[in-house]
Amino acid sequence: MRTLSYAQAIREAHAQLLAEDPRVFLIGQGVRNPWYAGTSLQDLDKEFGAHRVIDSPVSENATTGTAIGAAITGMRPIVFHPRMDFMLLAMDPIMNQAANWSYLFAGRVSVPVVIRAVINRGGEQGAQHSQALQALFAHVPGLKVVMPATPYDAKGLLVAAVRDGNPVLYIDDRWLYDLQGEVPEGLYEVPIGAAVIRRSGRDVTLLATSYMASEASKAVEMLTQRGIDVELIDVRSVKPWDRNLVYSSVGKTGRLVIADAAWISGGTAAEIAASVAGEIFHALKAPIVRVCLPDAPAPTSAVLEQAYYIGAEAIVSAVEKVLVSSTRS
Amino acid sequence: MNLQDTHVTPLSHDQLMSLLWAMQRIRVAEERIGELVATREVRTPCHLSIGQEAIPVGVCTVLRQDDTVWGGHRSHGHYLAKGGDLRAMMAEIFGKVTGCARGRGGSMHLVDPAQGIFGTVPLVGATIPLAVGAGLSATLRGTDHVAVAFFGDGATDEGHFHESLNLAALYRLPVLFVCENNLYSTHLTLKDRRVKDNIVESAALHGLPGVVVDGNDVTAVYQAAQQAVDRARAGEGPTLLECRTYRWRGHVGPAADLEVGTDRRRELDDWQRRDPIAHCRGLLNAQGLSSEVFERLETEIRREIDEAVSFARQSPAPDESELLQYVYVRGEG
Repeated sequence: MRTLSYAQAIREAHAQLLAEDPRVFLIGQGVRNPWYAGTSLQDLDKEFGAHRVIDSPVSENATTGTAIGAAITGMRPIVFHPRMDFMLLAMDPIMNQAANWSYLFAGRVSVPVVIRAVINRGGEQGAQHSQALQALFAHVPGLKVVMPATPYDAKGLLVAAVRDGNPVLYIDDRWLYDLQGEVPEGLYEVPIGAAVIRRSGRDVTLLATSYMASEASKAVEMLTQRGIDVELIDVRSVKPWDRNLVYSSVGKTGRLVIADAAWISGGTAAEIAASVAGEIFHALKAPIVRVCLPDAPAPTSAVLEQAYYIGAEAIVSAVEKVLVSSTRS
Repeated sequence: MNLQDTHVTPLSHDQLMSLLWAMQRIRVAEERIGELVATREVRTPCHLSIGQEAIPVGVCTVLRQDDTVWGGHRSHGHYLAKGGDLRAMMAEIFGKVTGCARGRGGSMHLVDPAQGIFGTVPLVGATIPLAVGAGLSATLRGTDHVAVAFFGDGATDEGHFHESLNLAALYRLPVLFVCENNLYSTHLTLKDRRVKDNIVESAALHGLPGVVVDGNDVTAVYQAAQQAVDRARAGEGPTLLECRTYRWRGHVGPAADLEVGTDRRRELDDWQRRDPIAHCRGLLNAQGLSSEVFERLETEIRREIDEAVSFARQSPAPDESELLQYVYVRGEG
């Protein structure tokens, strides 16, 4: 199978969705400009016209609300927020409107909108160009939240999100844009709510989200060399998340490490940890360990950034800690 | 900018009668809702538009069924004027399963998709960008549908309003922004919130026509709306109509909130002398409308409202098993 980068896979999904369905259109800041989107939207405006690839003013609130109004009246918009931090200016349309609409109106009206948000961490960009806010949106009933970690999933989850019929937050991480992987040529869906086992193992379940799934793969290599047999799960969807797969894996290994490059308090890792502890406590041989960002905004200084962002080494330490602290073998 | 060049057809006797009927029907329905709130039979917050009926009626009369309207918390009038089902609205206010949103929404969340009413919500100004989206949707689909955003003067203090005006003007979308300036935003008067009485000036700033209309004269609203809708259907873009009116009742519920604002009593008396329904009756009286005909019209309306209230009272509440339904749609939605 041919190989594409993560960014190229996203672009291909957009292009094929725009070609397939006249209801699909794209609106947001910088959709015509690689400054914002990298190669993930390159030249789509030239291919499909500026009327379907709309480069909007800096108006997160109205742009998102406009997409929601278009979705309610029969379109399938994708809203693009090139830095997730700025998307907070659109919290009313996302949380109060899109998320509530189906329930509030007893399913008579729905909001088939995809809201694409990009995480842009690192590079001394600081606190307001770096936030990974999946937990904030996963908290809200009525929204779905997906976080692809591979080029294959980046394409397949976008297709599934556009076809889903509900408001879906599609969160991609710029640190993954150059990642290469196999991507089928045609349109295909990766089901929302389904996690995937990247590597099967006996000793410990390592569950990761988005960029941390990529770091987790590196960690697994190091751990394998030390004779530790890790089962690696890429969660892919954080709302809804795949309870069955996670419970079954933890039932087998008895140990769980969760890696999510977002703040630790009240996060996705906390939700999954609480659910596992609450539902299958008897299966656990050791306390659950979370590998997350500390509860501080992102610093700019390179030295502080280095200390702030976590990766494969922190995951390795966490897995070793879980094995050491096990009460039963 | 102005709209003087657009042709407007004068209103016939039958058209005026139909406007009078629609306004009186909203008036009677809301007075009844006010009584139901006063006796605590209805508990959901009900925001009444009594005194403002000429605006939804004047605007919606020029709309087609497939045009869309987007309202806020004070939207009984928009819903009824656009053809929303009266019984389903009453049942919704009673929280019954026969309500337009199966009892999940109450007075502030009215919906009737078949009539182009895709949902009203109380977050101030929230549906303004949604109306812009409906306009964008119409344009992208190649239809000549028009979208109308109804909102109060309070919403013009919000960022939504300005961002939405700019987007609609920039993309020349078929949208009517209808500001029902009733001079109050909850308890604050216009002068408590703006250094100038200048809402309409936002239009020029964002590059679209802005028109001030006597919101208590249904023929003036009708004619201004007709011009704006004609413009929108012709692909000439959005218009802001600032309809000057007055909120007879309080922010919420049937009381007049007389303790709010320094001259509210005198103000209220002045505006009640400018009752939009009395104004329309005056035009019809001059054409020979007898009080007998008006009384018959009113009796018929009262019978319809009574029937809707009985329907709402007798309808069942939703079953508890519905609690978690409709959070997500299935399949294509």
